Amino acid sequence: MRAIKTMIRQPAALFGLIVVALVVLLAIAAPLIAPYSPDEQMFDGLTLEGAPLPPSAQFLLGTDTLGRDLFSRLLYGARTSLVIGLVANGVAVTIGLLIGILSGYMRGIVGGALMRFTDLMMAFPALLLAIVLAALLRPSLWIVAMVIALVNWVQVARIVYTETRGLVERDFILAERSLGAGHGRILFHHILPHLVPTAIVWGTLGIATTVLLEATLSFLGIGVQPPTPSWGNIIFESQSYFQAAPWLVFIPGAVILLTALSFNLVGDALRDILDPTQRGRG
Amino acid sequence: MVFLLLRRLVQTALILLGVAAITFLLLYALPADPARMIAGRSATAQTVANIRRELGLDQPLLVQFWSYLQGLFQGDLGRSYAQKTDVGALIAARLPATLILMAAGIAVEVVLGVFLGVLAAVRRGGFVDRAVMMASFVGVSAPQFVAALLLLYVFAVTLAWFPMSGFGTPAHVVLPALTLGVLGAGWYARMVRSAMIDVLNQDYVRTARAKGLSSARIIFRHALPNALLPIIAMIGIDIGQFMSGVVVVEAVYGWPGIGQLAWQAIQQVDIPIIMGVTLVSALAIVLGNLIADILAPLVDPRIRAR
Repeated sequence: MRAIKTMIRQPAALFGLIVVALVVLLAIAAPLIAPYSPDEQMFDGLTLEGAPLPPSAQFLLGTDTLGRDLFSRLLYGARTSLVIGLVANGVAVTIGLLIGILSGYMRGIVGGALMRFTDLMMAFPALLLAIVLAALLRPSLWIVAMVIALVNWVQVARIVYTETRGLVERDFILAERSLGAGHGRILFHHILPHLVPTAIVWGTLGIATTVLLEATLSFLGIGVQPPTPSWGNIIFESQSYFQAAPWLVFIPGAVILLTALSFNLVGDALRDILDPTQRGRG
Repeated sequence: MVFLLLRRLVQTALILLGVAAITFLLLYALPADPARMIAGRSATAQTVANIRRELGLDQPLLVQFWSYLQGLFQGDLGRSYAQKTDVGALIAARLPATLILMAAGIAVEVVLGVFLGVLAAVRRGGFVDRAVMMASFVGVSAPQFVAALLLLYVFAVTLAWFPMSGFGTPAHVVLPALTLGVLGAGWYARMVRSAMIDVLNQDYVRTARAKGLSSARIIFRHALPNALLPIIAMIGIDIGQFMSGVVVVEAVYGWPGIGQLAWQAIQQVDIPIIMGVTLVSALAIVLGNLIADILAPLVDPRIRAR
């Protein structure tokens, strides 16, 4: 509650919060709002020459190259992006938390090996690794989510590792240990609660990264496959017409930018609120 | 110092070995059979078995990994399924174009990032500062392919100042380098701003001010050189981001580098090429970080003293 109050007082964070709420709302209510079915190829959705229609009263944001309503496709595309964002990022944060906390808590071979593995994963460029995985695994919506999760956990693991290392040294953990608390109790009752703010911040910032990565994979043709609409594959399908029908590229592009920006703004504000030492820094 | 350097070199070698192991395992875990991919759909079982023996795919896992490593050391990255040629040679032919783009893009990032970062730090809390911070957020939130298409639409289609796509003249490099550089400059601006704020609060800057030096002299001669040090490490880390961006930007602008090669390979599910580009990118990232680590003490005597 306090977090939300603080956020409302910052214009940038408030803007992010409103856009995020709006996107979530529109995605949930897509069947109620969408004027047409997202997959319906309408006869009057193309010009006589078969070209897509620019925005008009009938088709708010125009139609795509197959005569489908762009506004309806964007609404349903929001569902795709958010589902992937939540699932992929949820899995990524969970893996990152688990590996980070274990490698930070356990000294010796296991902890060291886990951290070396994390370092190793950092040597791969995220997009290329995702491309390799997506190319190997014939993409579907869930596969794309898993691919993104497998690429995105690394950063979370690094940060959680550093924080856990710091926590383990603290007196209250030492006190717990001397009272006879087991590893499980220390990990889940005493260390994990301290990592909740980190998980919330990265859970939010990570959605921005995920939305961008999903859009990029779909734009390259190895993300969510048409006809399922996703913001990335809407652009992928119409990129060769972008000179004649720029709205087909730049409206979805603006939607992706706004959504990613908003999650970034909210995540950044959350970091300031939850971790005052970082306030005003880069 | 020498000991640290040696340790770092051993670490780098181990990471490269791990990178090779991961790419090898990914290839091995492939649901599609490489022998089948090379032979084509209509090949007989005998042909497929022959190719499998020829490639050594019937050998035990560790033997295969050993010959894979031997191949890597000789620059053998396997053969492309679709183009039937050596992946190493394909990548080598296209590497110069990517390096040109990379140099130009990083130059834009650093120049723009430093300029905006200093501006924001000097005007801390003011309108300029907030505008720069907001712009840097927009930069990192923008999908690269949309930015690429936007620049293409405005400066190549509408204004016709630059060519649509291709390679060869300096004009061709402007839009791809701007796409990568302008979006990436946000991180640099944030880092330079934060480093500048730290430096500007230090005693020696106050001393310089007390001596009556001009603001410009203090900012550029006294503060900036110290604030620039993190940039070296930043460039090392940034190479990873960059290699990802290169695929998208080269695809949009038809820039004939390894990113475009990877993009074409995606369309044909030509795994050896995608894997080769990934391996070369990982090598670039690891070497970039190593070079940054070696350069830092050379530039900064304080690190040398540690």
